[in-house]
Amino acid sequence: MAQKPTIADESGDKYKYGFVTDIDADSAPVGLNEDIIRLISQKKNEPDWLLQRRLKAFEHWQTMTEPKWANITYDPIDYQALSYFSAPKPKNAPKSLNDVAPELLETYNKLGIPLKEQEVLAGVVAVDAVFDSVSVATTYRAELEKHGIIFCSISEAVQKHPDLVQKYLGSVVPYTDNFFACLNSAVFTDGSFVYIPKGVRCPMELSTYFRINAKNTGQFERTLIVADEGSYVSYLEGCTAPQRDENQLHAAIVEIVVLKDAEVKYSTVQNWYPGDSEGKGGVYNFVTKRAACRGENSKVSWTQVETGSSITWKYPSCVLQGDNSVGEFYSVAITNNHQQADTGTKMIHLGKNTRSKIISKGISAGRSNQTYRGLVHVSQTAEHARNYSQCDNLLIGALCGAHTVPYVENHNATAVLEHEATTSKIGDEQLFYCRQRGLSEEDAVGLIVNGFCREVMQQLPMEFAIEAAKLINISLEGSVG
Amino acid sequence: MTKPVLEIKDLCAKAGDKQIIKNLNLTIMEGEVHALMGPNGAGKSTLSNVLCGKPGYEVLSGTVRFHGKDLLQMSVEERAREGLFMIMQYPVEIAGVPTVNFLKHALNAVRKHRGEPELDTLGFLKIAKEEAAKLGISTEMLKRPVNVGFSGGEKKRMETWQMAVLKPTMALLDEADSGLDIDALKVVADGVNTLRDGKRAMLIITHYQRLLNYITPDVVHIFADGHIVRSGDKTLALALEEKGYAAFVNEGC
Repeated sequence: MAQKPTIADESGDKYKYGFVTDIDADSAPVGLNEDIIRLISQKKNEPDWLLQRRLKAFEHWQTMTEPKWANITYDPIDYQALSYFSAPKPKNAPKSLNDVAPELLETYNKLGIPLKEQEVLAGVVAVDAVFDSVSVATTYRAELEKHGIIFCSISEAVQKHPDLVQKYLGSVVPYTDNFFACLNSAVFTDGSFVYIPKGVRCPMELSTYFRINAKNTGQFERTLIVADEGSYVSYLEGCTAPQRDENQLHAAIVEIVVLKDAEVKYSTVQNWYPGDSEGKGGVYNFVTKRAACRGENSKVSWTQVETGSSITWKYPSCVLQGDNSVGEFYSVAITNNHQQADTGTKMIHLGKNTRSKIISKGISAGRSNQTYRGLVHVSQTAEHARNYSQCDNLLIGALCGAHTVPYVENHNATAVLEHEATTSKIGDEQLFYCRQRGLSEEDAVGLIVNGFCREVMQQLPMEFAIEAAKLINISLEGSVG
Repeated sequence: MTKPVLEIKDLCAKAGDKQIIKNLNLTIMEGEVHALMGPNGAGKSTLSNVLCGKPGYEVLSGTVRFHGKDLLQMSVEERAREGLFMIMQYPVEIAGVPTVNFLKHALNAVRKHRGEPELDTLGFLKIAKEEAAKLGISTEMLKRPVNVGFSGGEKKRMETWQMAVLKPTMALLDEADSGLDIDALKVVADGVNTLRDGKRAMLIITHYQRLLNYITPDVVHIFADGHIVRSGDKTLALALEEKGYAAFVNEGC
């Protein structure tokens, strides 16, 4: 009999985007205290109200302890060993791409984000590229400005649109929310800000690529999206990080405010470095993402494809306040080697006739472990609320684990709640069948897995869906054989 | 000169711990259709699985050459790409994968192996629809996930369609008639017959003679206890139907 190719040997280590750009980072001293927070705020030339918020958050954070309820294990994080600010050295603030440091552009090219090309490419996607913590290039601003859309870094928004920022920042995720969100509220450095005015349909997909770069720098992104009445926006977030030995902490916050009759689609492809095949290195991803559907008939939809990070702790949630508001959560989470993921969603039904839908697809391979953790909460006020939840798990190999922890709290007798869950394995018969038709084992796994995720992948914008399908195949390399 | 497609010499193989194939010899030439008939438990399915390289089967001794190449050294997918195709007894379901997508990947893997350019979706769909029309398969059916929710007859029809698109040089039909009503049987047989082109070799593995009413074999083998006990022309199948396996099995041993 022919030998199987020994594909297992080349797993894990081949993180495609593992390179480090050599740029002087303007880093703050290591450690966390009030002075550091004042330094961050000062470097960013922030108004006093924001500094006071940061300080309040820091004070509160010191009274908190790290949550331990998630089904993940990791070495304790030394928060005093991290540097909380790093910005590419601005020789002169860049006015256009021509002013951007060539090393940065090179990095983006490696990541496959040719900004120059994108500018030429008939206005499909605007990229507010975030390098470490400070936005360095923004395209399509002019086109967006015509519609009154604001799409800029949060630091810039603080300077130019302080009223909007002050009104909405922290209104969905208060600093008291949880340990990691509180830390972020104290030390966040940058991120994106989007405002879609009343009745405006954003003419393009808005896209931000995040990237962790400087050594030992915690990454504390802060994103705020406000969709005013009757508006619509589709926002894409995609992530890569260079290969590192130390674990990198990432504790971001994404807040979305959706007003009456507005709709926001938020799509994420996350492929941060997952650690090597032994589980060494890799990003710790502790993220708080939440959307508030404040107005009647508002709608928010989270779609995520999670393939990266050594640890993922993430529960994009929807607070359905407005009557008839709709929340959706579509998720594909893939874990391989020693990756751990505890992810899911929270649907909080407050308004009448609110509807939510949860489609979660988990794929575990190698020695990885993943948990779907979800909450569907229907309050007394949520007459005729509806929820449909579906959680499917696919196991590859015998050493991985999949867990489903669905919490349901119903306080209204008129609510209708459904939950379905399945767990299956990629079968030897399926693999044999595919191979008998000429497909390699890896292609067969890719095909089977993509079929399993189809419902979720269909929610992604086209160009993102293609990227995500490729990513799924890369993530599972070496998972069989 | 016709060339041999498949040459099996003194093959011994086991499934799990049990030796099933015992000193099997069989040569199939270009364009020939052979029927391998045997009682239940004779090792018919083991043979087709061994030929395709299915994990779980171990070759103990002997050689198998496919177009002159050592078949046993090839992986499952290499055998397929070299032109070996098996119509499965129980085709498996793959949820969420449209059959057209599945077969497009398969055909492109085969084409790549042959050094031919890969087909884009339009180019593939043209071929796929042409072959489907011949078998009375609707475009809607091609879009459905692989074997999900198909009846036994539909599954076999789709297998035949896959074969027609992939155009293998050798087809193995492993109990292709099981679970088929007479109409479905005819469709499959018609499909197989149109693929008889004087070059393509076929090995029809079956328990019953009834499929052979529609596909006329050049050679019929009676297979028992892991090897061939008797060979003959198509009349052998009819004699077998009349007298039963026992008469031949005892005589051959």
